[in-house]
Amino acid sequence: MKKRAIRFLLLACLLASPAAAQRAPLPPGQGKDIVEAGCATCHSLSYIPMNSRFMTQDVWKAEVTKMRTAFGAPIDDDAADAIIAYLVANFGAPPK
Amino acid sequence: MRRRDVMVGLGALMGHEAGAATMPWLSPDLPDGTRAEAHLVQVPGKQPLIQLSDRPPNLETPIQAFRTAITPNDQFFVRYHLAGIPDAKQLDGWKLEVGGDAAERSATFGLQQLNDLPQTEVVAVCQCSGNRRGLCTPHVPGVEWGYGAMGCATWHGPRLRDVLKSVGVKPEAVEIWLNGMDEPVLSATPAFHKSLPMAKALADETIVATSMNGGPLPILNGFPARLIVPGWTSTYWMKHLSNITISAKPMDNFWMTKAYRVPAGMFPVPDPFATQSNAATWPITDIVVNSLIATPISGEQVERSGFKVRGVAWDSGNGIARVDVSLDGGKSWQSALLDRELDRFAFRTFSLDSGALPRGTAELRVRATSNSKESQPDAWRANPAGYHNNVPQRVIVTVA
Repeated sequence: MKKRAIRFLLLACLLASPAAAQRAPLPPGQGKDIVEAGCATCHSLSYIPMNSRFMTQDVWKAEVTKMRTAFGAPIDDDAADAIIAYLVANFGAPPK
Repeated sequence: MRRRDVMVGLGALMGHEAGAATMPWLSPDLPDGTRAEAHLVQVPGKQPLIQLSDRPPNLETPIQAFRTAITPNDQFFVRYHLAGIPDAKQLDGWKLEVGGDAAERSATFGLQQLNDLPQTEVVAVCQCSGNRRGLCTPHVPGVEWGYGAMGCATWHGPRLRDVLKSVGVKPEAVEIWLNGMDEPVLSATPAFHKSLPMAKALADETIVATSMNGGPLPILNGFPARLIVPGWTSTYWMKHLSNITISAKPMDNFWMTKAYRVPAGMFPVPDPFATQSNAATWPITDIVVNSLIATPISGEQVERSGFKVRGVAWDSGNGIARVDVSLDGGKSWQSALLDRELDRFAFRTFSLDSGALPRGTAELRVRATSNSKESQPDAWRANPAGYHNNVPQRVIVTVA
């Protein structure tokens, strides 16, 4: 039964049409390429629009810091600043 | 290119969009960005599920699936933390290593060795700690789940206790450490390892499931073996279970000491996870009492002569004492009929005949109370990770 299930998965992988990594591409903006390189190594970019728009600059900064310190994302200080700026500009909480 | 890179690439090709189906019933309480991003996707072996991310796959069960106490395997939600999910070839080589510094000896189990142990069955709710995070006010970062990061299945296999006994548990054992075959993309990322206190590991209900609803576990739900920890949120329900370590010391990693924690005392539990608790925070453990109306669904048009309200209620295993439904936005409440209990850890189905209602908009609400008199609070008890959201669900329908 196990072998059959695995064969089914392989067949289905070949037949299925590819899904977009996220619903819509990230909007253009300064730092977009750094976001794509820095974040998509480990997870689909859908995590970004999914978490919008309710995060302030401090909250986005905390998320990027968590990715670097807790998850070991190889993002240096300059790249982190660029990523945070892009996320706040395009996915940050609207001003109150 | 590392082997892991090839595998992750394959993972991203798994699903395809499930036609032009829309989801008008997605809760308006979700973040706007989540509502725009979420879409129905069909991956192999599954009916269309609500995709929140594809790498790692995080797929939610549509609310319509909760009209029955058992959630079918092909509609069961999918949740991974890390994108390195095992491929078919790796799963073919699966085995379960059991040992540790507080074990008398070590052993390797295949499916046959697990099947040779005494078998048992439990019907239990598997619910992500972050279920309904997306409905929290204010919003909290994370996977923005709606109502469907949960399911209830009949799980079959040996008790964890019997697996542990087969290698011998030394008196100094304090925790059981768990590992599955999913892995991080980067070696710098903490692998998803979890631990259980001895009492829950040795409990009657805790099993190593090799079967789900009478069939093999779907690959995305932990094939071929998954730990089942009834009453506790599914962060402990390790998928593709590959290592069980009987340990003389508490696990010290990100997933235990930093993640999956709640403010100490905010959600009282009968038996706190002492070896992982401190003055400020506790690990999340017991599921809080909750309920869901699965029909009608928000946005639906219902008959003014009356309609049937159906859904499920569940808790950490005390069992459900009553379910109350409001048809007028919480002003008045009626007691719903409870169907027979399948198991104290299972979904308990309920129903209520609405009776005639005036034309217009009606707001339905539901609230469950457990046998331990725990009931659903009016406001979410805010905590940083967005856990334990059991605010009564609201369903807005048009009476026509």
